[in-house]
Amino acid sequence: MWSGVNGSTGLEEGKVSQATRSVEKARWRFVDRPLCHGFRAVVCAIRVAAIVGLSGLASIALGAPGALGDDGPVQTPNMFAPVSTPAFAIRDISYFVLGICAVIFVVVAALLTYSIIRFRRRRGEDTREPPQVYGSNQIELAWTVVPVLIVFVLFLATARYIFGIEGHEPPPQTLQVTVVGHQWWWEIRYPDLGIVTANELHVPVSNPANPSPTFLTLESADVIHSFWVPQLAGKLDVIPNKTNRTWIEPHTPGLYVGQCAEFCGVQHAWMLLRVIVHPKDAFDAWVVEQQAPAVDDRVARTGRDVFGSVACINCHTVRGTTANGIFGPDLTHLMSRSTLGAGVAANTPENLRNWIENPAGLKSGALMPAMQLSSRELDQLVAYLLTLR
Amino acid sequence: MHGIADTLGYPEEATSTQVPLLARLHEWVITVDHKRLGIMYICMGLVFLLVAGLEASLIRLQLVVPENTLLSPQVFNRLFTMHGTTMVFFVGIPILFGFANYLVPLMIGARDLAFPRLNAFGFWLTLFGGLLLYLSYVAGDGLYGAGSAPDVGWFAYAPLAGRAFSPGNSTDYWNLAILASGFGTIATSVNLIATTLSLRCPGMTLSRMPLFVWMMGVVVSGMTLVILPPLSAAQIMLLFDRFLGSHFFDTQAGGSAVLWQHFFWFFGHPEVYVLAIPAFAFASEIIPVFSRKVIFGYPMMVAATVGIGVVSMGVWAHHMFAVGMGRTPNAFFAASTMLIGVPTGVKIFNWLGTMYGGRIRFGTPMLFCTAFLFQFLCAGLTGIMLAVVPFDWQLTDSYFVVAHFHFVLVGATIFNIFAAMYYWFPKATGRMLNETLGRWHFWLLVIGFNLTFVTLHFVGILGMPRRIYTYPADRGWELWNLVATLGVPLQGAAILLFLINVILSLRRGKPAGNDPWDAWTLEWSTPSPPPAYNFDTIPEVKSRRPLWDLKHPSDPDGLHE
Amino acid sequence: MNKGIPMPSVLTPEFPSGDWSQLSHRRAGVIGLIIAEASLLGIFVVAYLFYIGKSLNGPYPKDVLGVPVVNTLCLLASSVTVGLAVRALRQGHRRLVSTWLPVTVVLGLAFLAGTAQEWYGLIVDHGLTIGTNLFGTTFYSLVGFHAFHVTIGVVMLTLLTVFAWSGALRPTHAEHAELVSWYWHFVDGVWIVVLTVVYIIGR
Repeated sequence: MWSGVNGSTGLEEGKVSQATRSVEKARWRFVDRPLCHGFRAVVCAIRVAAIVGLSGLASIALGAPGALGDDGPVQTPNMFAPVSTPAFAIRDISYFVLGICAVIFVVVAALLTYSIIRFRRRRGEDTREPPQVYGSNQIELAWTVVPVLIVFVLFLATARYIFGIEGHEPPPQTLQVTVVGHQWWWEIRYPDLGIVTANELHVPVSNPANPSPTFLTLESADVIHSFWVPQLAGKLDVIPNKTNRTWIEPHTPGLYVGQCAEFCGVQHAWMLLRVIVHPKDAFDAWVVEQQAPAVDDRVARTGRDVFGSVACINCHTVRGTTANGIFGPDLTHLMSRSTLGAGVAANTPENLRNWIENPAGLKSGALMPAMQLSSRELDQLVAYLLTLR
Repeated sequence: MHGIADTLGYPEEATSTQVPLLARLHEWVITVDHKRLGIMYICMGLVFLLVAGLEASLIRLQLVVPENTLLSPQVFNRLFTMHGTTMVFFVGIPILFGFANYLVPLMIGARDLAFPRLNAFGFWLTLFGGLLLYLSYVAGDGLYGAGSAPDVGWFAYAPLAGRAFSPGNSTDYWNLAILASGFGTIATSVNLIATTLSLRCPGMTLSRMPLFVWMMGVVVSGMTLVILPPLSAAQIMLLFDRFLGSHFFDTQAGGSAVLWQHFFWFFGHPEVYVLAIPAFAFASEIIPVFSRKVIFGYPMMVAATVGIGVVSMGVWAHHMFAVGMGRTPNAFFAASTMLIGVPTGVKIFNWLGTMYGGRIRFGTPMLFCTAFLFQFLCAGLTGIMLAVVPFDWQLTDSYFVVAHFHFVLVGATIFNIFAAMYYWFPKATGRMLNETLGRWHFWLLVIGFNLTFVTLHFVGILGMPRRIYTYPADRGWELWNLVATLGVPLQGAAILLFLINVILSLRRGKPAGNDPWDAWTLEWSTPSPPPAYNFDTIPEVKSRRPLWDLKHPSDPDGLHE
Repeated sequence: MNKGIPMPSVLTPEFPSGDWSQLSHRRAGVIGLIIAEASLLGIFVVAYLFYIGKSLNGPYPKDVLGVPVVNTLCLLASSVTVGLAVRALRQGHRRLVSTWLPVTVVLGLAFLAGTAQEWYGLIVDHGLTIGTNLFGTTFYSLVGFHAFHVTIGVVMLTLLTVFAWSGALRPTHAEHAELVSWYWHFVDGVWIVVLTVVYIIGR
């Protein structure tokens, strides 16, 4: 029902969109049917190849740098294009209720339309009043009982899905991630892996036969936010002084986007989420990369000194250096991320420079102050940050 | 020569000399007459409707293209906060309670409300609240860049609305304005209940009251009495937090942000029924008259409405399914929310049953009521969908919800407010509104409204959250936002036509007489407009449709009820 | 001039005048007011119950709260005395009215004095203010709101006393006085709830 909507409404340029759409269609046709492994692998390979192959074009279009920053083109976050177990479940119950409501709508609307046409007063008709019908116990009972039955069935189905999704226990291979909402960015921590990053959640793909989901612990550092990536799961609020738990189990690698879904202040609109689902090996490689301490490039030593002297270290952490501030995002592997400012700009040298010079210019109201650096200091600082791959 | 004030005034007292303008205004300022206060409530609501409509238009203009720079995020956030707050508290409540004010005494054969001075007090307090809210634009930081209005959403979630995250006074304007007008609304509700229970004319037992009186005077007023004080209490708590350093919603001190949500929605959900049930009340008067048939199933209509009123107190946490309350609370509120769909749906069937077998005249009031039936059906069904908790986990806080509640508040409430305007304007002014302009008004509104709000369902499904001042270009949301914005000028034109209709008709409308619609309830037995004292003698009734009995003495209602 | 459709008065009235009775609008109004007030105070009670045991720091209720026995007795007694005053008014015993009403006022003032004394102790001796912790927040707001309503009641009762002493209060005003007494009983009832929640359950 919604496959025509997925990926076909947007501005994805030319080849990118067509190829993606055809890959989408292929996946759409095959995912829901039992398939032999080989066929599935072929489809998967086509998809991965398309993404990798097109990421070059995408990176030009989106300005994202480097191979590891290429997550693929952004798909419309359509709840009816799920890739993760809870999202599939939600889609199923949604079809169920949509079906019921569609039938009710058609029946009642048809009766209304019929009444309007059939019982319209016609010209020249005598002006006597029609028979006055005061009610009918049988009819009124019937049209009360039937809705109660419908509601009962709907409730049973709903309860089953509530308990199924919320009550899901994590299997042994679960990856545990803590997401902390800030005004206006996401802190992503992997407590078991010793990784801290921002705004991008990298997770391994899960094989439905042997699930390896990711369980998310949601906390807030300030006000209420909400974690929502429609293709992966329903949303769950991120509330100060309360810990919430949710889970995702993506079956297909790729980039899935979402954003904060609870009004949290001035820049609520630019608190975007990027979830990158990797094949297992690629995820392991990413972990190793992220676990490494910050690159210490001699060339950028002057920049590092600037970083240390103008109070950056008060808010930011760069693992392996003295910088251990926690108010702002961890910058240890800043250049491995595709965007700046939780999605407000692509992570390019020019944008980085503009961001540091005047964060409010890119994201009005952002809590990072402009540090009033000289042009030279700025160049050195940016040169340093560009080494933090 | 008839001025507007004269038209709405008291014909028996008209003398050959013109009463000076200042004296006439003074009469209105000091009035305690429920009819004048009702009109003042409605006029206040219409003025705020224009303002809030302008705010909504700016919102849609900002969102028409991605990454638009028409409005800064600060201005945008103030606009949606003011739009929501204004529409609920200073458009919906005043207009609906204004109609109740005007009609309830006339429909029950009384001369005024039970407490006329309290009535005036309630009105002026409500107006004061509205003015205080809009004072925020000019006071404090001042107007340049349209600053200082509250920007925390109409629901002002904690801790965002606390001192730590909302410094300055903009949130306090929101708080105090609604506190003030809230007390005014509580006063009017007490008044309406006392009137309904105590001032009915002889013979009018509770089971002979017009459905409008049941719905407005009993259910809506009763609900308001119970649910508005919790909002006031929560706001007082917020006031204490912001000014006295208390910790009701201070998460740093162990307070709970979720507690604010529980308190707010305990008010907020029944509030939307307070805004919707009057729409049902209008429909229950207008549809029978235009279908030329008695309402189908009066007792069930009463029972269903009372049922809605009661059950609506137990569904509030369906606004909080994504908060993480746990499986059992989620399931409970899913059940109660689905349950309330039953009496609501039943009412649609009763209206349908009224039209079925009738001889329907499609005057402008009936056009609006017909659109209401289709639109409210949609609204109710999307509501049932949202009661399915997992579906809600995707779509709460998205544009799907925005579309759903606009289908209720505009598609049902506003549409039926216009139906009521066309229906009762002749009674209040003695002149008919122009039918041709009325049809233009209707068609522009219905097309514009559906163009905007049907579209918004889809962009919500595609993942667009609420309350964002802009969106990235690569999400696939542009076309939908563009189409939704195209509905705005149509709706604006419709409202403009309505206002032109009102102004023209006040001077040159066709004289209405007492009973232009050939209706059956007591208000149509008085002159148009009614004299200050409403009835020459207090009437005595023997059925639910006293004028039907008079017009059909051989077949009075009393034989069938 | 068209005065509207005349309602025929020649029909045999179903309710001959005097037989048509409804709830008095004054009672309906005061009942409505009491329902609204109950709802408002109820939320403060809910907040109090919700935050029991959740303060992050002291002082804690068991450390600083005694049971307000005298206050409670004063308020309960005042409900009795105001009831006596209303009955006396209905029966036309002017002197009794002029006695019981001011006694009620004095008992109400005694309650307020007791509350003020309690609060003085809490603030000065224990350093508990509305901003100290969740207990302070919920305690002062709930007890404070109740005391505020007691104050309103005392004002109304004082007015009634003045009217009684001046001779303006007549048996025809029995319903009006009764409704003031209903408000006072409501305030008393809320105190029972506050007593239970704050001084028994919450301590």
